[in-house]
Amino acid sequence: MAGLATTFGSGAMTNPINDISNEAELMLLIGTNTTEAHPVIGYKMRQAARKGCKMIVCDPRRIDLVDDADYWIRHNPGTDIPLLNGMMHIIIKEGLEDKEFVAERTENYEALKATVEAYNPEYVAELTGISVDDLYTVARLYATTDKAMIFYTLGITEHICGTRNVMSIANLAMLTGHVGRPGTGVCPIRGQNNVQGACDMGALPNVFPAYQAVNNDEIRSKFEQAWGVSLPANIGLKIPEMFEAAHAGKVKAMYILGENPVLTDPNANHIKEALENLDFLVVQELFLTETAEFADVILPAASFSECDGTFTSTERRVQRVRKAIEPLPGQANWQTICQMSTRLGYTMQYDHPGQIWDEMAALSPSMAGINYERIDQVGLHWPCPSTDHPGTPFLHAGKFTRGLGIFQPSDHIPPGEMPDEEYPFLLSTGRILYHYNVTTPYSKGINSMWDREQAEVNPLDAEKLELETGSRVIVTSRRGQVSSEVKVSDRVMPGMIWMSFHHTATPTNELTSHHLDPITGTGEYKVCAVRIEKIE
Amino acid sequence: MEMVNLYINGKEVAAPTGSTIMQAADLAGIEIPRLCYDPDLSALGACRLCVVEVKGNRLLPASCVTPVMSGMEVFTESPAVIEARRTILELLVANHPLDCMTCDKLGACKLADYCYHYGVKESPFAGGEKHQYKCDDSNPFIIRDLNKCILCGACVRACEEMTGQDNLSYLYRGFHRKATTAGDVDYAQSDCVFCGQCVALCPTGALTEKTMAGQGRRWEIERVRTTCPFCGTGCNFDLAVKDGKVIGVLSNPDSPVNGRSLCVKGRFGWDFIYNEKRLTTPLIKKNGQFEAASWDEAFDLIAQKFNAIKDEYGPDSFAALSSARCTNEENYLVQKFTRAYMGTNNVDHCART
Repeated sequence: MAGLATTFGSGAMTNPINDISNEAELMLLIGTNTTEAHPVIGYKMRQAARKGCKMIVCDPRRIDLVDDADYWIRHNPGTDIPLLNGMMHIIIKEGLEDKEFVAERTENYEALKATVEAYNPEYVAELTGISVDDLYTVARLYATTDKAMIFYTLGITEHICGTRNVMSIANLAMLTGHVGRPGTGVCPIRGQNNVQGACDMGALPNVFPAYQAVNNDEIRSKFEQAWGVSLPANIGLKIPEMFEAAHAGKVKAMYILGENPVLTDPNANHIKEALENLDFLVVQELFLTETAEFADVILPAASFSECDGTFTSTERRVQRVRKAIEPLPGQANWQTICQMSTRLGYTMQYDHPGQIWDEMAALSPSMAGINYERIDQVGLHWPCPSTDHPGTPFLHAGKFTRGLGIFQPSDHIPPGEMPDEEYPFLLSTGRILYHYNVTTPYSKGINSMWDREQAEVNPLDAEKLELETGSRVIVTSRRGQVSSEVKVSDRVMPGMIWMSFHHTATPTNELTSHHLDPITGTGEYKVCAVRIEKIE
Repeated sequence: MEMVNLYINGKEVAAPTGSTIMQAADLAGIEIPRLCYDPDLSALGACRLCVVEVKGNRLLPASCVTPVMSGMEVFTESPAVIEARRTILELLVANHPLDCMTCDKLGACKLADYCYHYGVKESPFAGGEKHQYKCDDSNPFIIRDLNKCILCGACVRACEEMTGQDNLSYLYRGFHRKATTAGDVDYAQSDCVFCGQCVALCPTGALTEKTMAGQGRRWEIERVRTTCPFCGTGCNFDLAVKDGKVIGVLSNPDSPVNGRSLCVKGRFGWDFIYNEKRLTTPLIKKNGQFEAASWDEAFDLIAQKFNAIKDEYGPDSFAALSSARCTNEENYLVQKFTRAYMGTNNVDHCART
């Protein structure tokens, strides 16, 4: 998000999902296993490809969409910047850039040109492991297609250089004028159902709702008036910093709503130590999760079917969530939070979540025009500044949110930890179709079909290690050790093992890297070094 | 858009050039019965239930695949049409279990609806061979009873055209023809990804939601439209509710992003709601063990501890983790509480993970 926020002025997906079916002539997928992580978007991509829309898949894994792709770029993990720089090198050398767009709508082009100059095709081929011919083909195809969309997800962001990866994608889109029109754009497909909304609502240490900076005096005073309190101006701690501070004894108390960092955050053992070190922990959860085990008080949470409210999807569309049944714990989550706050000494009183939305919207210019009545049938895309505004399905038309788009050139930044003699395999992680983080294992149907980790190992490695599908292995990194079943598959390249993180019995994140993107604090889940040993 | 004028049941209607008779009728609000036709799928013209009479045409063309022509005179419920439809339905029910009393699809079964409409109680063709397929009960989500299949091909087309999984096709010939998986194996043994699009589009009881089996009649179900709680796509669907309990998820064609498409998690993963491990009362840890507590006890303890820690160590000794799985309203409240009362900007959620 930080990458697009810097280059474009807004971190959100630029174009609507339905552009895939209705507008796009080319889809460039990089670091997104869409049919598994966002299946319905994946279906649309597959339909579009079968109707003649070109598709380029850049992924070290042979994901399902490779079967429908025109080109598959199997670059080495952690070499996205060289790949993108290599494409831009060719585009500039061949004069395929959108000169008018670059001149009128962007700045810092000379710096980009200087940086990508070094990324000649031969050098890029060496770093990425792809062929020079393929690089030329996809660079030319992307640059010369009028309506080309780029999609990415955590395969781009979960790297030590995640933000720089995103900026490099933005550079490519700006260089070729592929922003601000239907069927173009840069589309980060957001992970969780409401990760967009949680950001929009200001559940971030640096901004109030609608990305209004906490260190801006004017904005802070607006919120101080609305909330009747004085507010802190200093930027707060990001998740990894919170756990560091808990480790150091500086953060003493935490409240955690509906998150399970022990299972989902990298370097899990470090997180457990941090939670143990707290004086007081409150967790509001559906289940007694690995994180809730550390709590002093657990507040039972209500599920999505038990609460009224809204989610904001990856395309910035605010949609209704409706209460279908009475909350199993007796009250909805918003009521619990209000009661807790009131008991502490700060009264929060609402009759219905619609009032909470209205309070937020009144303080948030980009969402001021959205209310429950307007989104009763079909959601609205923010920005939507007034109640007569139709919403904004695509961003940056005619002008970037920040004015001019700014090129942010980057050089190759290798992963923080690479395989070596002691830990010879590269571990990459992700989601599988059948599970979603840590809720789905509680679905009896789903868990009866897919109840255990199946780490993907290439047939060549399997032969060396004498493994077959169903064999069990111990996977060890410098940070931890887990056991897992193996699935022999050429989806992964030789020297690579791929695992999900859904299963308590195989807590993959005990292995993952401690390296973080220094800008966002995102963990490098996609690359770390491990050792694999067969359990006889 | 170029339009043509034609007459349906004597009424003059206009339709865009290239549309089918069925589309023209739909546009004019004239209902033509259909089993294999679906607006989200390619037209197959297989079931023939949508036949109509066209003046000057000695055959009865299937309206779902016949393009309109200027001045065409169409009759959708003429005696010849009704007779043809009745015969088609009689042929279908001759090899269809008539166990509608216990069939979960009744109320949403198009075959039953049309038999009711045309008064088809039994079949003059009964007594011939009937399929005796074993019901595919191989998975926790979908019951596949091909004895109830009418070979409309909606499942085959949904799998190919909506999901792109290409897991279903037609196998065998003649009476033995089947819409099934490669090698005719059960769903669980096939490449099925359990998106359930085939179930959503099946017009009969051949494909039904397993969780809804025996849970209620279709007309007893209240549908509550909502947004999926799993990934960020923002699919909409209806929660099927009976007697205050969720019994399933049903596609809603009005969903702006996904239409009737869903994935296995959205369509079948909802049962985590009723997992017996759900927490339903506050818990307080005493001597390392969680003990059930009242809301008052929990809030009192939280208030005492949070306030004491804030007073002693200052606002920045507190941090809140909000949730990308929870609603906007809940997230707004968490950051408001953290900033306005606890006095710190230490609030984040797992956007970065």
